[in-house]
Amino acid sequence: MQTVATNKKILSGNEAIACGAFAGGVEVASAYPGTPSTEILENVSKFPEIYCEWAVNEKVGMEVVIGASFAGARSITAMKHVGLNVAMDPLMTFTYLGANGGMVVVSADDPGMHSSQNEQDNRCLAKFAKIPMLEPSDSQECYDMVRAALDISEQFKTPVLLRTTTRVSHSSGVVDLGSFERTGRSNLKYEKDITRTVPVPLFARKMRVGLEERLGRLAEYSETCPSQRIERGNDKIGIITSGISYQYARDAFPNASILKLGMTFPIPKKLISDFAGSVEKLYVVEEGEPYLEEQILAMGVKIERAETSLRIGELNPDRLADLAAEVYGGKPSESIAPISDLPARPPVLCPGCSHRGVFYALNRLKAIVTGDIGCYSLGTFAPLSAMDTIVCMGASVGNAHGLQKAHQNGRIAAVLGDSTFFHSGITGLLNIVYNRGASTIVVLDNRITAMTGHQDNPGTGRTLMGETTTETSIADVAKGLGVKRVRVVDPYDLDETYNVLKEELDADEPSVVVSRRPCVLGAKIKTVRQYAVDSDACKACGACLKLGCPAIELADPEDGDYKKRKARVNPVLCVGCGMCEQVCKFDAIKEVTL
Amino acid sequence: MGDILNISMVGVGGQGTLLASEILCRVGLLSGKDVKKSEIHGMAQRGGSVVSQLRIGEKVHSPLIAVGQTDILVSFEKVEALRFAHYLSPSGLAMVNDQEIRPVTVSSGQSQWPENLDGMLKSTFSRLELIPALDIARDLGNVRAVNVVMIGALANHTGISDDVWREGIRLLVKPKFLDLNLKAYEAGRNATVAVA
Repeated sequence: MQTVATNKKILSGNEAIACGAFAGGVEVASAYPGTPSTEILENVSKFPEIYCEWAVNEKVGMEVVIGASFAGARSITAMKHVGLNVAMDPLMTFTYLGANGGMVVVSADDPGMHSSQNEQDNRCLAKFAKIPMLEPSDSQECYDMVRAALDISEQFKTPVLLRTTTRVSHSSGVVDLGSFERTGRSNLKYEKDITRTVPVPLFARKMRVGLEERLGRLAEYSETCPSQRIERGNDKIGIITSGISYQYARDAFPNASILKLGMTFPIPKKLISDFAGSVEKLYVVEEGEPYLEEQILAMGVKIERAETSLRIGELNPDRLADLAAEVYGGKPSESIAPISDLPARPPVLCPGCSHRGVFYALNRLKAIVTGDIGCYSLGTFAPLSAMDTIVCMGASVGNAHGLQKAHQNGRIAAVLGDSTFFHSGITGLLNIVYNRGASTIVVLDNRITAMTGHQDNPGTGRTLMGETTTETSIADVAKGLGVKRVRVVDPYDLDETYNVLKEELDADEPSVVVSRRPCVLGAKIKTVRQYAVDSDACKACGACLKLGCPAIELADPEDGDYKKRKARVNPVLCVGCGMCEQVCKFDAIKEVTL
Repeated sequence: MGDILNISMVGVGGQGTLLASEILCRVGLLSGKDVKKSEIHGMAQRGGSVVSQLRIGEKVHSPLIAVGQTDILVSFEKVEALRFAHYLSPSGLAMVNDQEIRPVTVSSGQSQWPENLDGMLKSTFSRLELIPALDIARDLGNVRAVNVVMIGALANHTGISDDVWREGIRLLVKPKFLDLNLKAYEAGRNATVAVA
């Protein structure tokens, strides 16, 4: 009897994708961090055989792996769903050119918006870009499908989209890595062929025809692709599903027949028709847009209840339990009633967060603040209340300029982080300089890409592979773009920060204020001093509470008077930034040396 | 889902919930079972609620546990136990670390801390164990060991052998903290719990 070696590990979907990239022979990986995709590159970087890098943004990352594909190397780029919007431009045309070395684009979507600003369903983008798409439903499939995607990419000469969601990327499960041997480079190499790599109209029109021919071959492949699977149950209820929805459907409908699609673009129409004909009632269970449903309805296949696609929010076992109860009869099982009125635990800017000083000043200056994507979005909320808008990465800069050109009254500031500035703030700033704007751009330079878990960026002087590199100065970039008013402040110095921001906001030309202090979490700074409230001196005025620091608490009420509660500093949380000492008019907050 | 053990671990960012759930995951694998774990990353370091769901059985599909389907709710903090109470099966067991952590909304006066927490816990859960994990960890000299004390207490209810639990801990904690964590595990296993 043949024994199959097993090599079982517990891996998250993202870790499994990294392992699949290694085993699949990926040579180049380039990506910009974004939840829930970030850990893919972080884990790829553990394999010294793979060249990997943090790209400055998703578009550049996509262009880098396209270059690697030109060279005949296998490559991977990964991004969150909204990152793919940034990278769509090169992808839409590279589809015409076609891949040489296998190329996989991972889109990690975030249904339910656990840490995103929208919940766009990027399955629609695979169809729009006309590239094949695989959808893993667990970590094992992540590992298997990256390798399959690389093979499909080379076989059909096309980039391939591997689409995950938060619950696939961030769930862990058992993965059998098998022999875990790395595939070597095939005989692909760079070959000059302008008819295939230069989409001037003469060639692009031929590529366009070739693209449709390729899609035809992919549609055929989809019918028998090993990623498609029928799990035959009874013939009363049939379910067509893909991705994480399959796992929920399997639990909710244990006896149903299930057509589990691993390749969801192009869809296997014959397989779907045959399956539909083999069951009495057909349901489509999917999360997000009615992506499969619309295509299946367009085939003329009858679906039992169209709204099983739950368009808003994340699909989960509870939502399917309701449907199962309806399909099977009976009612969902009992549970303990949810308890409301519990105090919430919202995320807050950390004690000692360097962003706090800027938001405190902007609040006092009553500025209109166009914001951006990062931890600093927490500056929106009371008591700092110093962020008015957020759109997408880098948008703060253009938004501020637009407000100003629309003659909006008042002080207007754009606020964005260091990594976001490098990602897509620079072009907006150049636009302001060029078009005679007068906005103030505040770059919260905490020396790291903090929100996604502390990744390096062009300002940190380190690469993903751990090498030292040129440390790009934000102030120098601004000056190089032609900004004449460039200031650097320490946000822990509240007076300086306030005064500089006021001057620049009131200036009649473009200005950049770099607020420079390392992230307290990222830099792992040792706390050398703390602060404490002298209860006798405290007048319970509440000024320190306006900083919104989690370390500043209300002391117990004296004589039962809840309105007059003095402040105290929680020594477990205080990291000694000293901002509270600066705002106390009664010198009640004093330094305590440790 | 009868042959699958569903465990939800909840707590506050920084309490070591995620390490505890990793240990449990590893223990599941070591005992030859299929395991899935789902958790939400993101702002956990910033003082928010942390939830980790684990399912152990012959074959596990969904990584998420439906409302009312958790067999054991392991909570590292009292209010978090109440917040996720509806995930527990009405006949399930709530194991709650006897610790209260007040969020910034309470310390800044925006919301009130519930007054009779122990009473609320007792009236919410039909099977409740209050575990003095913080006291135990403090006695061992490191309050950060709370998570492994809870793991020890949980081990009593899983039918997985002691050796496997110890191996899971050994594989996941740093060598220099192994002794402490094995002691924490042992103490958790033998902890006197207040059973309601």
